[in-house]
Amino acid sequence: MRVLTQSQSVEEIETGLLLEGIFRQYGFDFRNYAPSSLRRRLNNFILDEHITSISALQDRVLRDRQWLDRLLYALSVNVSEMFRDPSFYVTFRTQVVPMLRTYPFIRIWLAGVSMGEEVYSLAILLEEEGIYDRCRIYATDINDAILKKAKEGIYRLDQMRMYTSNYIKAGGTQSFSRYYTAAYDRAIFKTSLRNNIVFAQHNLATDASFNEFNVIMCRNVMIYFNNELQAQVHRLLYESLAMFGILGIGAKEALRLSPHENSYEEIDKTSKLYRRIA
Amino acid sequence: MTHFQIVTIGTSLGGFEALSVLLGGLPKDFPLPVAVVQHRSCEDSAAFAPLLAGQIQLPVIDVEDKEKIREGHIYVGPSNYHLLVERGHFALSADEPVMYARPAIDVLFESAADAFGGDVIGVLLTGMSRDGSAGLKKIKASGGFTVVQDPETAKHGRMPAAAISAALVDRVLRLEEIASFLVELCVPRGVRHDRRQGQHSSRR
Repeated sequence: MRVLTQSQSVEEIETGLLLEGIFRQYGFDFRNYAPSSLRRRLNNFILDEHITSISALQDRVLRDRQWLDRLLYALSVNVSEMFRDPSFYVTFRTQVVPMLRTYPFIRIWLAGVSMGEEVYSLAILLEEEGIYDRCRIYATDINDAILKKAKEGIYRLDQMRMYTSNYIKAGGTQSFSRYYTAAYDRAIFKTSLRNNIVFAQHNLATDASFNEFNVIMCRNVMIYFNNELQAQVHRLLYESLAMFGILGIGAKEALRLSPHENSYEEIDKTSKLYRRIA
Repeated sequence: MTHFQIVTIGTSLGGFEALSVLLGGLPKDFPLPVAVVQHRSCEDSAAFAPLLAGQIQLPVIDVEDKEKIREGHIYVGPSNYHLLVERGHFALSADEPVMYARPAIDVLFESAADAFGGDVIGVLLTGMSRDGSAGLKKIKASGGFTVVQDPETAKHGRMPAAAISAALVDRVLRLEEIASFLVELCVPRGVRHDRRQGQHSSRR
């Protein structure tokens, strides 16, 4: 019985072959993604596209770049919210900003920004604290198509109630509506929020470090990776973080998955913000 | 020894009370891990697991990403994330809600069936949603075992009733019966007998 459950199902074998094929043909490496969530996304994708099996999907993806792009989008998009986990932003405002104020220039990396909700949240916070002019935010994602959307800063208007509520809980000091213009069913965020943001394609699974940062945020991105890839990405983040730099991860992510766990100290008990001290 | 490797429980409206009764009825040496998804709003996030822990004997864990799965522990999915089962540990995802729910019961059930095949027990309790039906169906199709709370005795019968009409359900039980039934299903007979006589030493 144990032997049976530990052996691979046909679907697992197909998935392994698909991911191997994508890596060899295009260089995108999903082989160390967490199998459970990857499987859900793959299944949803073939259902939506009326494809009969993962093998049939592989046939299309390996021969047709357009299919790869569609699949890439489905596998890499992460719908977030602005000021998700407001207490994170409260701690950032009260504990991290005072330290950043002492720097003449602040380099920030947001890794895996997807549609950009977090980038704009952070830009708003930094502007309200009066230090945005000194900041450069590097917003990266594996997927160019998604980054283009992030750059536009256009979100569904019906989300604004929730975002406003998050913003208030996150310690926002203004009226949230001053940051966007409503048009039909969309909310378009002020272009000035983008002044100091650089959007760039970067693949956490395969690309190297590209700068040294005072703040790195990578929230709810690594949950989609298996332990091995999480450790690898944590290594990359650690190497990209200046001494006494700040690392922010998702509310339910565990720093114990970092090989450099002991080189960080907690900013507080619950926010998942850490300072590099070694 | 039982071949089952994990118990998965899903509940929605009225779930806290139901979970207190069910999980409160499990003995301290219950031999399987128990994964729980309870629909709730983000605001109760931090409070839920400790509140539940106050009601039951087994240790309650508010799951973090890649948390190891250990027997005799109750694992509660955090709000605003889906809870997924992999071999040896849990995974979280922030993917879109399923039927307005995150965590969604279907996501827990389906991923458990993917990871452990026929060695999964799925239990669906009170609620007003339709979440959980597809997941129970998958557990059943993979050879697992499915239990649904009797809609007549549930605080909100719609969710269990939906599952009964949609899925193949092995047992429909009153809430108070479920814990002892799980023990019967998961604890070998000799051990149960020993426990009644107060001898815990026979189980390893």
